[in-house]
Amino acid sequence: MIASVPAPLLRFDGVRIETSGRSGSAPQTLLEGLSFEIGAGEFVAVVGESGSGKTLAARAILSLLPSGVRQSAGRIELEGRDLTQLGTLELRKVRGAQIGMVFQEPMVSLNPAITIERQLAEGMRLHRQLSGDEIRQRSVAMLERVRIADPACCLKSYPHEFSGGMRQRIMLASVLLLQPKLLIADEPTTALDTLSQREVLELMVELARDNGTAVLLITHDLGLVARYTERAIVLEKGRLMESGPTGQILSNPRNPYTRRLVESLPRGRADLAAVPITAPTVLEVRKVCIEYPGRLGLFRPGIPKRVVHGVDLEVRAGEIVAVVGASGSGKSTLGRAVLGLKPLAAGTVRFNGVDLSRMSAAQRRQFRRSAQLVFQDPYSSLDPRLRVRDIVAATLRHADDLHATEKRARVQAILEEVGLASFADRFPHQMSGGQRQRVAIARAVVSRPRLVVADEPVSALDVTIQQQVLALLQKLQSQYGFACLFITHDLAVVRQIAARVIVMSGGVVVEEGLVSSVFRNPGNKYTRELLEATPALHVAAPPR
Amino acid sequence: MLGYIFKRLLLTLPTLLLVSVAVFLIIRLIPGDPALVLLGEGADAASLAGVRADLGLDRPLPVQFVSWLEHALKGDLGHSIVSGEPVSGLILQHFGLTAAVVLAAVTLATLIGATAGLAAAWRRNSAIDLAVVGAATVVLAVPSFWLGLLLLLLFGLKLGWLPFVGYVPFSESATQAFAFLVLPIVTLTITESGVLTRMMRASSLDVLELDYVTHARAKGLSERTVLTRHVFPNAFAPTLTLVGLTLGHLLGGIAVIETVFTLPGLGRLMVDSVLSRDYPVVQGCLLFTAVVYVVVNLLVDLCYPIFDPRVTAR
Amino acid sequence: MSLRLRHAGLNAILGMALVGALLLTIGIGLCWMPYDPLAIDLAHPLGPPAWSHWFGTDEFGRDVLSRSMLGARISVLIALATVSVAIALGTTLGLLAGYLRGWTDRLLMMVTDAVLAFPGILLALALIAVLGSSNGSIILALATAYTPSVVRVVRGTVLSIREREFIEASRSAGDSALATIVRHILPNILPPVVVLATSLFGWAMLSESALSFLGVGVPPPAPTWGNMLSASRPYMDVAGWLSIVPGLCIAGTLLGINLLGDALRDWLDPRRQS
Repeated sequence: MIASVPAPLLRFDGVRIETSGRSGSAPQTLLEGLSFEIGAGEFVAVVGESGSGKTLAARAILSLLPSGVRQSAGRIELEGRDLTQLGTLELRKVRGAQIGMVFQEPMVSLNPAITIERQLAEGMRLHRQLSGDEIRQRSVAMLERVRIADPACCLKSYPHEFSGGMRQRIMLASVLLLQPKLLIADEPTTALDTLSQREVLELMVELARDNGTAVLLITHDLGLVARYTERAIVLEKGRLMESGPTGQILSNPRNPYTRRLVESLPRGRADLAAVPITAPTVLEVRKVCIEYPGRLGLFRPGIPKRVVHGVDLEVRAGEIVAVVGASGSGKSTLGRAVLGLKPLAAGTVRFNGVDLSRMSAAQRRQFRRSAQLVFQDPYSSLDPRLRVRDIVAATLRHADDLHATEKRARVQAILEEVGLASFADRFPHQMSGGQRQRVAIARAVVSRPRLVVADEPVSALDVTIQQQVLALLQKLQSQYGFACLFITHDLAVVRQIAARVIVMSGGVVVEEGLVSSVFRNPGNKYTRELLEATPALHVAAPPR
Repeated sequence: MLGYIFKRLLLTLPTLLLVSVAVFLIIRLIPGDPALVLLGEGADAASLAGVRADLGLDRPLPVQFVSWLEHALKGDLGHSIVSGEPVSGLILQHFGLTAAVVLAAVTLATLIGATAGLAAAWRRNSAIDLAVVGAATVVLAVPSFWLGLLLLLLFGLKLGWLPFVGYVPFSESATQAFAFLVLPIVTLTITESGVLTRMMRASSLDVLELDYVTHARAKGLSERTVLTRHVFPNAFAPTLTLVGLTLGHLLGGIAVIETVFTLPGLGRLMVDSVLSRDYPVVQGCLLFTAVVYVVVNLLVDLCYPIFDPRVTAR
Repeated sequence: MSLRLRHAGLNAILGMALVGALLLTIGIGLCWMPYDPLAIDLAHPLGPPAWSHWFGTDEFGRDVLSRSMLGARISVLIALATVSVAIALGTTLGLLAGYLRGWTDRLLMMVTDAVLAFPGILLALALIAVLGSSNGSIILALATAYTPSVVRVVRGTVLSIREREFIEASRSAGDSALATIVRHILPNILPPVVVLATSLFGWAMLSESALSFLGVGVPPPAPTWGNMLSASRPYMDVAGWLSIVPGLCIAGTLLGINLLGDALRDWLDPRRQS
């Protein structure tokens, strides 16, 4: 007797998704002929950058495509049943009970107007016949499982009382309470910091294994793919590029796009030696403390909150020093204080030996030209009403020693160096995130600064674009020799770009030293946890 | 939550104080002898002297303000120049009618606006959406007094279905009183539902895009549950603020409706007293209306957490 | 074109048509009107619309069309003056409050809230009671009622722009506070202010007609649509058109302004820029 092969849990067969093209305009294909399978209990990743169609594929499973987008061809089968042919009532029975979905943005993933208890109970009331007490008991048990302290209190609270990481865990609890056969996780941790990310994903994997739930992880982060999944499929611009076991894809990518993705993972460089002690110190920070004024009460001044506490650091000409920490560690505030953009509560900042607070007006003007900032958000750091050329030229506005023609020449030259010569007359909204960051870098470098502070300059970018921008920054830095303070939360990026690193947590420096030694032998517990939690560090490099 | 209530209450006090200062000063802006202003041209010397002493006109302005405020807090807002009656009495007499019409109209307008707005957003770009948006846009452009005139012309004069001039108080005949109020209430309901519909539609559109709505659908909930339990409370919150503002602006705008339908309400009282230079009444109406407006907005603010618990965290 | 885009375009076209008609009427009225709007002709009172008088005549035999044309001019001028004052004053105060924050902001907000505590029409009524009934006092009264709204909107926009990083970039390049405001903040608050100005214009016209309707606005014999409506009331059963025509003018103008305002808001929508 021939043993019949069990139907895979989920099967995509030639699925095509396109815009509805109502009233005239031709439909655009967003996902082309996608076919793949997931077996019961398997962990599969769908990898791709923005525009790859990965989120649409996930939404199509439960027929939750946004308006204006529809599935025009193909089948999606759950244990042999074609989901696309199901009527509304049947579909509603599948949603939640058989297939659960977790979303990306913790800030809007839970309804702010309803208590946690009601939101957790909703699914159970719909799909299971349970008494009110049983629902409550299971909710409390699940909240304990996802490591929420004081579950009973949590039930009575509203979502806004919890942090991002906690909200994601609550959402996990809500979805897994129904013990679905498949869990779709759409970039569930992209908006969380490294340590929370690890917590949430480990929990997810644990709970899924317990229940025998298969997981479809949508992500752009190859590090996560390496650590948590067994198989992966790679999408680019709506097409399937490659699929197979994770280990194989990462160590031996056959498709050129996959190869590019894997190579874009930030990696260490052997040639990043530290700069000699004899190089002049450009920036010196001693015992700096920074406070936020407390909120003004009705009749009393607010209590100030200390966000940076007694920090020391030095940056020499020509070196890149990374400042690493989670959000709230004070690193961004420190970056701004170093440029004189935030007042110091205590301590000194010296630029080229001169104390910032004692600078004359002329020295200040010079300082403003010599110390520049590259911001994180490419969408809000450029004035939307100005053209690229004017944005870059603005830095030179107070350079009295340069002639107007010289300024124009410099602007043109730097735009060429960042590869945006033909974009000089464009507006920010006509450019992509990566291009805007290049404009921001051009703006910072055009005045030939001695110090550039870069505040998470690549965090908001796709992984391949990230590599491009980092490479650009490194090239300019070695060419112009400016000192660079590179602020980031991503340890993998640190390894690629910096020779020295400073680790911050809760406003204090917990560790510092050469990247090579800190990474190999972290002295501090927090550093160790951070290193552990950064998956991209542990992906084996492919043979070149 | 208690802290939120307390803070809100506390914050209205400076506003109320400034309001009373403003009202006090407005009347003082009139050139000439304040006593004459308050009593009118025909007053005799004795009463003038009495008022002058009462107001303490020889004392500094802040002191006068305090004594005026004292009187006001006790309910003494002076007397009408025209009729001699106490101002506070006049106001209370006329306010009942105004309050009835305004409350009825705003309630109906909110119901219509919230439902239509949500429906239009849910079925975006469909025929329903276009019809609702179109109707709301047209309604926004129609002045309430003109609509009132037209309805009066149609239903009162031409068709004779409803009475339209004057008013019969509830104490005499409830059905008759009601009949007189139908047209004014319908007029106001129509005019005010336009802006509420648009607001509700806009915020519903925003909410419908959010993840938690998709999450609710992904749980398998019916579309009706998703709309009522997840979309509506979150979409209604901004509209609620608008309801408060509408109530306030109607307290003034009601004057035109009361004129069209000849209703003896507070708005009409204010207009008549402006026309007849009856300053004590003007002052009293102004103070009363402003205080009511502030209190109404306070109540709206206190209801806000029902729809959006996040405000209590601030 | 998608249905939505077509619909938006239609809005703009209809709006422009209506507003264009208004402007045309005013323009023509500046040089020529069918009859003298103030000329009384007791021989032909309450005449229905006919070839000699397109919109009929009122109780004094005056031509309704001519009076409507003059009324248009008066109402528009008053509304324009009101909006100019409110925008100029409101923007300045809003900029100060939003950029300087601290006590300046608190003080301005307290005063703004206090003024906003009065329903607009009532405030205008009270001010008119004090200042007397004239075009100037109407403008002053309405401008006082509307300035707080402008202050709020401008302040809100400044607060959100202030946090955007390109402002920091401007300061870190060495610009003074004034330079930052003028170069970066002002151009970016222009869109919401322009949209607000169109809304205000509509409200101002509506308020002026309401005040005139109540008898405390533009004094007769100068016609505005509001006082024409008010005067039509005693004659509603015999001369219905007197109640319809002025209202139609008001509604048509407001519709045009609202549609244009909507189209303008859609066009300036920052979401288009991302």
